[in-house]
Amino acid sequence: MARSASSRRKLGMTLFAWAIGILIFFPVLWTVLTSFKTEAEAIASPPSFLLFDWTLENYVEVQERSNYFRHFWNSVVISLGSTVLGLVIAIPAAWSMAFVPAKRTKDVLMWMLSTKMLPPVGVLIPIYLIFRNLGLLDTVGGLVIVLMLINLPIIIWMLFTYFREIPGEILEAARMDGAGLKAEIIHVLTPMAVPGIASTMLLNIILAWNEAFWTLNLTAAKAAPLTAFIASYSSPEGLFYAKLSAASTMAIAPILILGWFSQKQLVRGLTFGAVK
Amino acid sequence: MGHISLRQITKSFGDVDVIRPLDLEIRDGEFIVFVGPSGCGKSTLLRLIAGLEDVSSGTIEIDGRDATEVPPAKRGLAMVFQSYALYPHMSVRKNIAFPLKMAGLDKAEIERRVTDAARVLNLSDYLDRRPGQLSGGQRQRVAIGRAIVREPAAFLFDEPLSNLDAALRVNMRLEISELHNSLETTMIYVTHDQIEAMTMADRIVVLQAGRIEQVGTPLELYAQPRNLFVAGFIGSPKMNFIEGAEAKKHDAHTLGIRPEHMALSTTDGAWKGKVSVSEHLGSDTFLHVQTEGLGTLTARADGEFPVRHGDTVWLTPQTDKLHRFDAEGLALR
Repeated sequence: MARSASSRRKLGMTLFAWAIGILIFFPVLWTVLTSFKTEAEAIASPPSFLLFDWTLENYVEVQERSNYFRHFWNSVVISLGSTVLGLVIAIPAAWSMAFVPAKRTKDVLMWMLSTKMLPPVGVLIPIYLIFRNLGLLDTVGGLVIVLMLINLPIIIWMLFTYFREIPGEILEAARMDGAGLKAEIIHVLTPMAVPGIASTMLLNIILAWNEAFWTLNLTAAKAAPLTAFIASYSSPEGLFYAKLSAASTMAIAPILILGWFSQKQLVRGLTFGAVK
Repeated sequence: MGHISLRQITKSFGDVDVIRPLDLEIRDGEFIVFVGPSGCGKSTLLRLIAGLEDVSSGTIEIDGRDATEVPPAKRGLAMVFQSYALYPHMSVRKNIAFPLKMAGLDKAEIERRVTDAARVLNLSDYLDRRPGQLSGGQRQRVAIGRAIVREPAAFLFDEPLSNLDAALRVNMRLEISELHNSLETTMIYVTHDQIEAMTMADRIVVLQAGRIEQVGTPLELYAQPRNLFVAGFIGSPKMNFIEGAEAKKHDAHTLGIRPEHMALSTTDGAWKGKVSVSEHLGSDTFLHVQTEGLGTLTARADGEFPVRHGDTVWLTPQTDKLHRFDAEGLALR
């Protein structure tokens, strides 16, 4: 009896988890399905789920009307560029906070995190003006810098928690073995931290790829990434759900695929230090 | 060569003085053990010698050269850590070769020395494994291998056996002693285990609260402890201390007598008492005796000494083995 009760509970939990999973996934699924419908079917009521005339015409039209690959390339440069630049700054910062902490290290970390609590729109005007005066509006370089700055606290925090798990004695052993600071970092620290650096990098690429506030507000045409590509289908010409869905699907597909292949690494990186 | 001199060195962490002004000469080839209760500063002292901590004041000389400001990598010392501190991403071979690679030796020489060290330490079959695939004892041997290949001026051991089980600890103790005999290199060994200290050391440094209480050979410390702390710390079970009228009779504030220096009798003797606990170890019997007026004394008897809880016994101290201490706890000679 007890066994069947516990397996019933297990079944209930499984169903519940699936329901939540489907609920979260459904909008994405619906977008993808809509992208294969005609505009008429896209707004039909009641909507058809799978039984409609599948068509690729939206994709063809979207690619004809706006240059997907230019936006895609901008997204790649912006997310990779901001991530690499962020890591170059964050790795030494996280090292020093993890291995040579000072009295105020904790405060500095908290302060950095607190900048994430400020609504971005609060600093939109100053940043916009700074960008305008420096001639950075609608430039890929400008977006690389702003996205790097926005995600830097998260990168430093992730690396910091990861580095802290590396036992100090191993670094001391390297010092005793005759390694200088450079050799210590190259031969001992970095190889041990590679999984942490990799998952930080992945998460940051995803965050930068999906970032929409700054990429929409600081670009017009030249530097516009995929977020702007989607947005361009939303308003000016009325609502074209099917084309909008096709554009969205094309924009999220690369990052979904990257996330799918790296999910193990991501979960490990995000939960590192949570469980000993 | 491995002559190390510590001159008036101190170490403070903030307001806490971990090492108080301290002088020590460690002779070339000597096996010296730092022993003391936890928090006495023995590991800190070792780390100061290694260069992993900076001294607050004083100087450290290694082979006549001032090494106080020299970084650990340049002091020519090798260290074995309590946690082994092996590089988890490297094979055993690469772990042992690492200090040689850092020293810029050529490949053939590195290979020769790694093979030699592996043979000496019975690690030849494990050279291509990662540390995670080894047992505790094997990891400890890799750590020692990594230390010996460099042919350092001195070895520093920071409680290297405390993570091993009891049987393995005895084996490794012997191996380290044999290693010292064959290498004849200075070894500085930190432990809180007085059996390790007594069995391995040429000289023992007893530390308490950042101060050296006494330096001497194991038998000197056992036979002539300088004060109450050393008397109580060295020897197992620990020395009995008696105060009051009985101590006054011997012109002392405190009288000390080791459990093995009392004769036991079931019929007569100097101090009468009741056995509260008797511990039969086979080779020995330890009796905890509730005496009349002297408190509980521990005595050692033969393995077959026929007493049980509640029996009455008499203890008679060997007068030439009595230790006398003054009110400050210093030994009276």
